[in-house]
Amino acid sequence: MSMLAQLVVTGALIGSVYSLVAVGLTLVWGLMDILNFAHGDFMMISMYTVFWLYALLKWDPLVSLPIAALVAAMIGLLTYKLVIKRVLNAPGLMALLATFGLSLFIRNFAQFLWSPNYRFVGESILSGKKLMIFDVIVGLPQLVAALGSIGMTFAVALFIKKTKFGKAIQATAQSREIAELMGVDTEKVYMFTFALSGICVGVAGTLLSGIFPVYPESGAMYGLLAFVIVALGGFGNIWGAFYAGIMIGLAETIGGFYLGTQFKYAIAFLIYLLVLQFRPKGLFGW
Amino acid sequence: MLRVKNLTTGYDGVPVVFDVSLEVNQAEFVAIVGSNGAGKTTILRTISGLLKPISGEIEFEGKQIHKLSAHEIVRLGIAHVPEGRHVFGKMSVKDNLLMGAYTLNDRAKVNKLLNEVFEIFPRLKERENQKAETLSGGEQQMLAVGRALMAEPKLMLVDEMSLGLMPMMVDKVLETLKQINKEKGVTILLVEQKVQEALEMADRGYVLQTGRIVAHGTGKELLESDLVKKAYLGM
Ligand SMILES: Nc1ncnc2c1ncn2[C@@H]1O[C@H](COP(=O)(O)OP(=O)(O)OP(=O)(O)O)[C@@H](O)[C@H]1O
Ligand SMILES: [Mg+2]
Repeated sequence: MSMLAQLVVTGALIGSVYSLVAVGLTLVWGLMDILNFAHGDFMMISMYTVFWLYALLKWDPLVSLPIAALVAAMIGLLTYKLVIKRVLNAPGLMALLATFGLSLFIRNFAQFLWSPNYRFVGESILSGKKLMIFDVIVGLPQLVAALGSIGMTFAVALFIKKTKFGKAIQATAQSREIAELMGVDTEKVYMFTFALSGICVGVAGTLLSGIFPVYPESGAMYGLLAFVIVALGGFGNIWGAFYAGIMIGLAETIGGFYLGTQFKYAIAFLIYLLVLQFRPKGLFGW
Repeated sequence: MLRVKNLTTGYDGVPVVFDVSLEVNQAEFVAIVGSNGAGKTTILRTISGLLKPISGEIEFEGKQIHKLSAHEIVRLGIAHVPEGRHVFGKMSVKDNLLMGAYTLNDRAKVNKLLNEVFEIFPRLKERENQKAETLSGGEQQMLAVGRALMAEPKLMLVDEMSLGLMPMMVDKVLETLKQINKEKGVTILLVEQKVQEALEMADRGYVLQTGRIVAHGTGKELLESDLVKKAYLGM
């Protein structure tokens, strides 16, 4: 019993970070029907940002957070300006191929600059600390990563739902032309949303950099899982992504324990395949 | 107030509207009438900045506007009610109306406008928290007009109010427009296939055939002209 409790806690914690990565992806999809294949690679860049600030300046990841988020926001913005904008009016497949190319480019460039070696953010304020809650062990880095991710997800969801600019984003998602007729500068909305998507994945990357190794492929699996989560949660649905992320975290942790860790991602993808058979628009789809 | 000079416009460089000139004066109610595919929507889309002219000029209150983007043109005081009542279906009725006031920052003024719109369309007040996509066709049309009024426009471009409405509703919405024009002094440029109804309501009208203006005059003059009688009224 206590084993299961431990697995549930561990799975929910990692799942909430998955959620935040997926929220970034689903935001862009919801607005412009574009799936950004390079999303996970933005995360890798933010992890390297944290790593280098740690290695060169001895900055703690939590201190680097705003900078890493800003870097990811800039990468998002550049991606929109230099890549997405050019293929916006082309068939949807073009955008997919373009971001796929971008993803390969970023990974190879990272490898060229920083080698394929694993790097670690060895010490941080949080590292090695844990809490005991009854007989469940909760690592402080994991707990902070989860709370930070949940906080960020709520902040993004509230921003989109409640603020004037958030409503302009919703309006633009429903019709770019009509939003323009309301006086919304939709170009700004697109730029902002790509930057916000970058911030989500940048924050997630920072929170994970104290837990996982940093290397050119370190965002790849998160990117893929985020696709699965976005599809499960219903494309463009922020809360759907939140719940689906936690579900995938639980499934992979619990399933991985009982079936063997080598299967943990296979379980996530299997759930995806199964759900899509019965609910092509996702569990929380419209 | 609005002056369109020798406008040629269309899609991807292919013109569908040729050398059109027209004028709308302050507080006037002007109609452009013509059958399917004549180019009425295309003209309105070019005025509001959704399309760029191939040649010609558009002036609003003495200022050239045809190089501005749509979101800048709204700020000058031109609101466009698009064809096919494009409301934001996933947003509530109230949020749709608030989107209409996107260019305004004065909360008190926005609330005042909201109350005015609810006074004109009490049905919208009853449904303010309902998602716009759940409204009936006629209610969505009211919402599209109400949303445009929320921008406190000087000039309202109204595209095919009658589309998909039963005859009684057509008269009703046109009368509402007339009332907005008379009581609030909002200038109106209306585009309609329902030639008779539109010309009865309008101070002046233009007749558009395959992208060219073939007649203009007061509503009454046009209704009595042979051209309109033959081509549109089946007389
Ligand atoms: N997006 C588009 N791309 C290419 N051609 C278009 C486009 N929209 C309209 N057209 C063409 O432009 C011409 C004028 O169309 P427009 O929509 O302005 O007509 P309209 O007078 O508004 O007609 P209706 O009364 O049916 O609304 C038509 O021949 C139409 O086929
Ligand atoms: Mg039309």
